[in-house]
Amino acid sequence: MPDSAAMLDVAGLRKRFGTLEVLRGIDLTVRPQELVFVIGPSGSGKSTLLRCCNRLEEPDEGSIRVDGVELLDPRTDINAMRRQIGMVFQSFNLYPHMTVLANITLALRKSLGKSRAEARDIGEAALARVGLADKAGAYPAQLSGGQQQRAAIARAVALEPKIMLFDEPTSALDPELVGSVLAVMRELRGAGMTMVVVSHEMRFAREAADRVVFMDAGAIVEEGPPEQIFGAPRHARTRSFLADFGG
Amino acid sequence: MDVFVSQFLNVEIIAQAWPLLLRGLGMTALLCAAVIPLGLVGGLLVALVCLSRHRAVRWPAFVLVDFFRAVPPLVLLIFIYAGLPFAGIRPSPFVAVCVAFLLNTGAYYGEIYRAGIESIGKGQWEAARSTGLTAGQTLTWVIIPQAVRNVLPDLVSNTVEVVKLTSIASVVALPELLYSADMARSLTYNPSPIVAAAAIYLALLWPCVRLLSRLEHRVGR
Repeated sequence: MPDSAAMLDVAGLRKRFGTLEVLRGIDLTVRPQELVFVIGPSGSGKSTLLRCCNRLEEPDEGSIRVDGVELLDPRTDINAMRRQIGMVFQSFNLYPHMTVLANITLALRKSLGKSRAEARDIGEAALARVGLADKAGAYPAQLSGGQQQRAAIARAVALEPKIMLFDEPTSALDPELVGSVLAVMRELRGAGMTMVVVSHEMRFAREAADRVVFMDAGAIVEEGPPEQIFGAPRHARTRSFLADFGG
Repeated sequence: MDVFVSQFLNVEIIAQAWPLLLRGLGMTALLCAAVIPLGLVGGLLVALVCLSRHRAVRWPAFVLVDFFRAVPPLVLLIFIYAGLPFAGIRPSPFVAVCVAFLLNTGAYYGEIYRAGIESIGKGQWEAARSTGLTAGQTLTWVIIPQAVRNVLPDLVSNTVEVVKLTSIASVVALPELLYSADMARSLTYNPSPIVAAAAIYLALLWPCVRLLSRLEHRVGR
């Protein structure tokens, strides 16, 4: 039975690349305003899981409901759904040929049909929210990595998504720039955004996550509140993974 | 020396041929105005078909692109102009040239665009699609502008080649610059009009070649 109160409800999700089974039946429910952290060794399928949740990857089997709408139903307007599912990438993926503001207003104008002026107002507000009000006219190459990632977050936030997916948002950043991005994510959480975060920022997970999901070899091994996962992991695989992280 | 000047740089002859040369230049300009946009747009379509996800669409396109890149454009033009009438199709010289150029330069422009589009990382595509943009919007606003920027020197270079290649239209008696100059030569028994035509091509294309060097320099940095 799908959980009707869930913002994201993944059930029986399977994904295969050739003969490699990357997701082996994932069930995951994320409630509104929840921040769920997904951790696990590389190759465990956590990024693929995230990318299935806006169909950047096509799952082979299972169900993904976002706010009650089945994403895998061929009748679902995937572009309309994607506007409600913000995605932040490890490598930022800002459009290098456009100013920061134009990066944000593109989808507002072309996908949501907002006027130029309206899109600009929304874009400037989104930039102010991530602390980049003064960078609207800059090009991505003129920004630091941390600023680029905040601009990418602003691009997603401007569409007022119901849920945001973060795929290793700080992995490509120099350590001293990580804090500014985490600060923005903390602010979003404070504002009640539903978030699924794939990341190795264990300290941030401990402090900010409502729930931590540990994945290994395409399956969820265990999940629970951060105190439990970090403090008293039940599974040997979780313990050995966390030991490697010194956490 | 006098013989050289009177044979190749005869001002009087060139002045006499000038109206004819100007008309020829006008036709060359008209040809360029037709075949360059045809090639640029046709090439983009070729590139998009070649990048299709479906093998059944992609493969015939690859074969055609290879074919039209391998066939000499002059052979193609003569076949269209002189060969097709045997099948009951009688294109005018202008139409024959346009079709030959579309097939030949479309294939070349197509390969340039394809290289440009393939140079754009898939992260750009994913970022745009994740904000709800359609595939067409993503191509139009995100992928193609960056692709064109990356291959701009090759596009300009190919366009210079296309302008030069319009002189093959002379073989189907389209009175473009070379045809007009050659006609003036045969009327005056003096090759100076050909030299004048060469000078006109040079004046037309030299700025383009300069621009090209600067573009290549900029991209190479």
